[in-house]
Formats: sequence, C-alpha cells, structure tokens
Amino acid sequence: MEHPHGLSRIYPVKPADVYLFATCLIDQFAPEAGMDTIRLLEREGITVHFPEGQTCCGQPAYTSGYPEEARAVARLQLDLFPQPWPVVVPSGSCAAMMRHHYPKLFADDPPVLAKAEELAQRIFELTEFLVQVAGFAHPDSGEPCTVALHTSCHARREMGSHETSAALLANLEHVAVVEQARIEECCGFGGTFAIRHPDISEAIVTDKVASLKDSGTRRVVSADCGCLFNILGRAARLDEIAGSPAPTLEGEHIASFLWRRTGGAEQ
Amino acid sequence: MSQPVHFHAAADFADRSLAAVNDAGLRRNFRSAMDYLQTKRRAQFTDDGELELLRDLGQAIRRHALANLPDLLEQLEARLTANGVVVHWAETPAAANAVVLEIAARTDAKRFVKGKSMVSEEVGLNHALEAAGIEALETDMGEYIVQLAGEAPSHIIMPAIHKTRQQIGELFAARLPGVAYTENVDALISIGREVLRRKFAEADIGISGVNFAVAETGTLFLVENEGNGRMCTTVPRIHIAITGIEKVVAKLEHVAALNSLLPRSATGQAVETYQNFITGPRQADELDGPDEVHLILLDNGRSQAYADLQLRATLQCIRCGACMNHCPVYARIGGHAYGTTYPGPIGAIISPHLLGLDAAYPLVFASTLCHACVEVCPVRIPITDILIRLRNEAQARPGSADATLRGSGAGRKTLVSTIWRAWSLVYSRLRLYRLTSWFMSRGRALSPIEQGAWTRSRTPLVPAPKRLRDLIKERGK
Amino acid sequence: MSARKNILGRLRRAPVGDPAPLPELAAWRASRPPIADAASALALFRANIEAAHAEVHDTTAQDWPALLARLAAAKGVHTLLFGPTSLHGAQLAASKPAGVQLVPYDRPVEKWRDQLFDEIDASITGAVSAIADTGSLILWPDANEPRLMSLVPAIHFVLLDAQRIHIDLHAAMSAEAWATRMPTNALVISGPSKTADIQQTLAYGAHGPRELIVLLRHANGGQP
Repeated sequence: MEHPHGLSRIYPVKPADVYLFATCLIDQFAPEAGMDTIRLLEREGITVHFPEGQTCCGQPAYTSGYPEEARAVARLQLDLFPQPWPVVVPSGSCAAMMRHHYPKLFADDPPVLAKAEELAQRIFELTEFLVQVAGFAHPDSGEPCTVALHTSCHARREMGSHETSAALLANLEHVAVVEQARIEECCGFGGTFAIRHPDISEAIVTDKVASLKDSGTRRVVSADCGCLFNILGRAARLDEIAGSPAPTLEGEHIASFLWRRTGGAEQ
Repeated sequence: MSQPVHFHAAADFADRSLAAVNDAGLRRNFRSAMDYLQTKRRAQFTDDGELELLRDLGQAIRRHALANLPDLLEQLEARLTANGVVVHWAETPAAANAVVLEIAARTDAKRFVKGKSMVSEEVGLNHALEAAGIEALETDMGEYIVQLAGEAPSHIIMPAIHKTRQQIGELFAARLPGVAYTENVDALISIGREVLRRKFAEADIGISGVNFAVAETGTLFLVENEGNGRMCTTVPRIHIAITGIEKVVAKLEHVAALNSLLPRSATGQAVETYQNFITGPRQADELDGPDEVHLILLDNGRSQAYADLQLRATLQCIRCGACMNHCPVYARIGGHAYGTTYPGPIGAIISPHLLGLDAAYPLVFASTLCHACVEVCPVRIPITDILIRLRNEAQARPGSADATLRGSGAGRKTLVSTIWRAWSLVYSRLRLYRLTSWFMSRGRALSPIEQGAWTRSRTPLVPAPKRLRDLIKERGK
Repeated sequence: MSARKNILGRLRRAPVGDPAPLPELAAWRASRPPIADAASALALFRANIEAAHAEVHDTTAQDWPALLARLAAAKGVHTLLFGPTSLHGAQLAASKPAGVQLVPYDRPVEKWRDQLFDEIDASITGAVSAIADTGSLILWPDANEPRLMSLVPAIHFVLLDAQRIHIDLHAAMSAEAWATRMPTNALVISGPSKTADIQQTLAYGAHGPRELIVLLRHANGGQP
C-alpha cells in the first residue's frame, strides 16, 4: 500500500506478543473500544499486554505549548514497553505523537532520546497494524449497512493510516462506505483548540456533521476517539436543538465496528 | 515605530473570529473560494511522484538560499548595482517607507501606481505616502477593489476573495463617477481597466514586490496574470521594488524550478500569464522601461527568525498561499480576522517576528494542527512544528531558556499554567491518575453538564462506568 | 550604510545549520525528458496556449504578412504597432499590408505615451522561442521591439518560428544560456492578460492585451 511521502516504513512479521497503549480517552471514556481492540488482536493469535502503568501520551500539553509538562507525562510511558514487541495504539493521533513527536520532545536529552527513538520505531496505529502486520482477513457477517469513515488528521497526514482504515472497511462485504464531501478536512477538535477557540471549532465541526449526514449515512466510524467525541457530541447537541427524538448521527470506534461485523460478538 | 494603519491588535482575534464565523455570507464566499482553489491545485498535481520530487527540490533551493543568505544578498547587491539597479537596505517599515519618500521627494513624484506587493502592505506604504500627500493607487484588480472599499486584502494572492461580484458592482457604482451597477464580471473588469489605464500612463513611480531575486544574475523575477505588474515596472520613469531579505535565490535556474511550484500551488494554474525578469533599467538605446530601478531589501524581524535554526524554515516561504487555501480555520474566519498582513498558517508563523510575539501570539493558537498546510506547502515548511514551538515561546517563563523571541512569555497565564501543571502531575504519577480516573468513572453521575467551552456546542463528555483498566482486570479474574 | 551592516551582521552572527549543498536539479530534469520530436513539441505548445485563450495560426516565412493583414482586418484593427528596425518589421513594412496603418515604435515612449495608450489597436512582435509544457512565448524586448509593445495594445500578434519550442522554462534557459546574457527585461507570456479576482471568475484583458495571436512560422511550406 502506498504511503504519503516520508511515511513509508518496514513492517515486522506478525509477532506472538504486542503491547497495547490504549490512550487516556479510551481508558476513561470508551473502554469498550479498548476491549474490542484486544479482542481483534487476540483473534489473530497475538497475546496482548496492557502495561497498567500507562496514562496519556502527553499530546494535550505538547500541542498546547507546555513541553515540560508534556515531557513529564511522556517520560512515564517510555519505560512501560521493555520487550521488543510492537506497541499498538488505537488512535492515529496518539500513535503519531509517540512515533513522530517523542523524539522531538526529548531532542535535548540524549539518553532519553535514544529510548524515545527506539520506542517510536515500534509504534503502530491499530488499523495499520491489522492490515500491514496481522494480515487481518475476516468475513463480514453483519446485515447490509452504510457507514462513513472519518480519519483523523494525524492518522491521515502523520501515520498514513487513513488508507488502512479504509481498506479494512472496504473488505467488509455488506458494508457500503459512503464518501462525505471534504473527507480530508479536519473536524475542528484539535485537542485544546476546541476549548481555546470554541466558536471556530464549532463552525468547523458543524460543517463536518453536515457533510457526514449529507453523505446519506447515519453512522460514522473512526480510529480516533477525540474526533468521534467532537463530531458525535456536536451532532447530539444539534439533535437536542432540533428536538429530534432519535439521534441523526451515531458512531463508534472502528475497532468495535470491525469486531461486531466480523462475528466477534457471537464468539 | 507605528503599525500599518490596517493592523488590528491580535489580542482581539477572538472577537473578530467570532464575528466572522457568524457572518454567513463571508463563510459562503470563503468556502466556495477554498473549494475552487483546492480543486484547481489538485488538478495541477495529478502525479504524486512529480509533486514530491518538486517539493524536495523547492525545499532544497530555499534551504540553500537561506544557508548562504548573507553571501547571496551581497552577491545580489553587487550584480544589481553593476546592472544599474540601486539597492537599499531597510531594518524597519519606517526605514523602508523613508527610502520611497526620499526618492519621491528627489524626483518630485506625486503619482504612484502599485503592483501587488504584500511587503508594501506589511510596511504600510500607502499610509506613509498618503500622509505625505501622495496618491498611491493599487492596480491589481483585487487590490484596487479592496483599496476602493477602504479595506485590507483578505488573502495574499486573491485580495478581494471575501467579496461577491454583487458587492463589487455596488462598490463600483457607489465610488466611481458615472458608473452604473453591474454584476457582470467582464463588465466590472473593463471598468477597472479603463480607470487604471490612464493612471498607468500618468504615473511617476511604479511600486512592485518581488517573487524571487536572483543573486547570480542580479535579476528581479515577478509573476502576475493581469499585466498591471508589468505596467508598474515598465511605464513610469521610476520603478521601486520592495521585498524581504529572504526572497533571494542563488541561480537563475532555481527560478524555473520554483515557478513550476508557485502558480500550481497558489491558484492551481500551470503558469502565470506573465513571468517578468527585470535585470536593469532602460539602456541608452532602449525606447521604454524605467530610467531608475530601485530595490528595497527589508528585514523587519526576519533576521530574528533567521537566528533560530528551527524558525529559519519560516523564511523558506514563497508566498503561494496554499497553506491558507487548505486551512480549516482560515476557511471559516477569512483573512481579516487575523488582523495581520499575512493571514492563515504562514501568517501565524511569520507575524511573531514582524510584530513581536506579544502582539501576535493569539494567532499561533488559531490552528487545529491538522497538518493540511504542511501537506501542501511546496517548500515543505514544518508549519505545525513551528506553531508548537511558538506556543512554547508564547507561554515560556520570561527570562527562562525557552523564552528567546521578542515578546516571548506574553501569552503566559497563571491559571492556565497551573492547570497544565496539575494535569502533568496527575498523568505522570500513576497512583494519582488511578485515583482521579477512578473517581471520575465512579462519580460519572456527577459529571458536570456544563463543561465550559466544550458543552457550548456539544453534549457533555461522560466517563464510562468502568475504565479500560478495570475491565481488563475483571476479565483476567 | 548602517542598515546594511546591521542586517548582514545579524545574519552572519546566526548559527550555521545543517549543510545545504547547491541543489541538484538532475533528478527533476531526468523526470522531464525532451519531447521525442518537433511535431509533438509543437502540438503540446499549441494545445496549451490555446487552452490559455490564445489563437494560433500556421503560416510561412513568405505568407505571414498577408495573414497578419487578413487577421487584423477581420478584428477591426486600424493601427498596428511594429518595430521598424527588426528583420520581420522590415519585411512587414515592405509588404505594405492593405487596410491597416503601420505605426513604427521609433521614439522614446515619453514622446508619444498618450498615443500609444489611446490610439494603437494592435501590435506585432517576434518571439525568441516558446515553451511546450506551459504554452508560453519567450520575448526579449530590446531597442528594436520595446517592452510595451507586448503590453499596451489590446491585441498582440506574435511571430514564432515553429522549430523553436523548448519543453519547459528550464530547458529554454539552459539552451539559450540565459544566465550568461540576461537582457534588461525578459518575458514569458502564457496567454492574454487575465484575472480571476472577482469571485474566481476568469475575465480576459485585465490590463494587458485581451487577445494574444500566435503566427506560427513554419520552414517547410506552411503546414505542421
């Protein structure tokens, strides 16, 4: 599969063990996505190790201009993965942070930098790992449905994993993936941007919700919970305002969608 | 040093952006313009391999120029001087304007025509000329419209991008004697052509920018579609070009490579209508062209960016505007909300050097860091990394090693710093994280319905009843 | 001069970054091989400049003055600006085209600026060469054919030799050794003057010529 410039990498053979870095959002707000990630990986015959010491990749402070605070948090994660196993991250954004920005964060601290660079080589976004390493191939056993895929900007532009997300959905026989207008445009989340510039963020996410709905589907999946919470939170608020009795846009993490579609729920 | 007249304190950025997002007409204009420009650019770069090769080359050319900047500037000056062009150096906008005013005074020039020049906007040249009783007429159609409306450009390539043809028709009818309302674009352009044609013929001095200055040959390279730039640089007796010190390139052939990126990135055109290479004033046997050609090389804070090896990449910019054409924030608020000469992502990273970080820091936070700008930048400026660096600088403790720029630390707020310190404390101490997140999940019924800015537009975020770590633990039992 | 000293001083005091060697253009050039044959180069040039709203007419070394006269008449051109000291200018004058008044550009612009702006319908100039890739004409204005000839009149006729087509600007610069002999003004013109400054709607004839008409002079009897 072609990668955007500079993102191509060499993939390892399917390992017996992987680490899971689940992200703070999944740990606290979407644990089922984390469980489904584990189930997907285990079904491939891979043992999943969840280092209990993990908290957050540190990205919120890093992108907000608090490097010291980000370093303190990122530093904690560096020691959690001592075996040379791949680290699977069910978020393009957090994966990009660990893969591309940890080395920048520790650039001035050579011993830690060496550790960060070594870890960066082992960071894989979930769908990237499923396609490129695990060779995911399971038949779709669900009812026909349509779905839109939202890929986060970091998945798309730093990990190239928008393509693996799309490939996984494309292989689901009974799922029609609709393409929304301006699919490559940001959803307006941007971490603390949504808090710092709520008006601009609202304008962007409102457009995103509209283009998703205009695509003719009521369901969106994404490999990034930050974007999902932003999009679904806005859609739900718009439903409230419109007095809509039922949600007009629903969504879930791609791990949960994949697990359900490929018969995981019955196993 | 006085600011250009149209400069608005970046501190009011939030107010202006709120007004912009609530202006449905403006939103519509920008959305359709952005869609148009994005589609046209995409059509120019159908071969990814070619695009990436060219971007590598564009970056290499600009990096080479910057690595050798002082030498190349001296070479440029020597060649230009030998060619008969007068070179002036200006550290500040005021100094640049003074050069122009001196030339005007010496030659008793009263009528100026201006080709498109963002650097002349940056220094507030029109304002300085007006103050001296000199008429300075913008002649690029978009700039002319914006000047007639008493506004500033809202885009560096398409200055009147925020206006509809109806608005322009009304503007012409209101401001131009004897002109009736029309919304026919051909008719509107003909009106502009006729008004400006006389002005070219009568002008004493023409002002222009420079797209690239070639050190090897002492050549000023200018591109445009309309022909007004050529009018300004050819018809009046004196041509004054003004540009930033970073615009130099080593070789003439570098221009050919860069210009295969510039128009395609900017407006999605394969090429501009006019590529104008100026290597000297009128020679003794020539029948037209200016008798005097001047070049003003402006610093205005660029040397601050140059002094920092990370921020130096800011100066690679070739001013194509692709970053703003693909920016989700710019698309929603338009150029005026930024309040600076250069809007959008490039504006956010260059303005702190031109105006000081104390004046410009709100702009460095006006990005979702989506990387769309990085993806399209023809010279591979790492815009998002630079934005993060400038955020660090904006909030650095004054006097600390992280505060290296004019105005560093001006964006530091005690409450926000305290929140991040607390956040860092929780997330870097496992026990504290366990405890906090446990309380959040167990106390989810107590989750606030009001979550500040988040819930202004969205339903609240509610923690799950059990954390992932709890589910894993239970499963293992 | 102190501004100069201060600016250069600041730049020279700045740290030295990673080495940035003189860029290698070879890979880019290798990706742009010369066009296989002259006919394809010409076809590409023609397609591109026509797409940019220019007209192209085939002609010969003998016939072009007559073609020019016909086109000028059809477009209602009464006054045609030409360079009397250029080779083709002399040829044109000798042909004494009917129905159009030839106006020589033979004095400094200051002496007749208003007439140039107000009374000239069209001009004819030569082109040094052309560019296939972007559909562009290369003009080096000089004492024989001054700069404003290709800018002020509303219609610009350009005489181009059909065999002088380069693949792109870089190829033209290299083949013609521009860097060693830059004229005071060199121009690359890719269509009539235009603007999209009003609501991204393309309009021609913004400030320069509304029409650009290429007379393609073939050596082999007039047909491509």
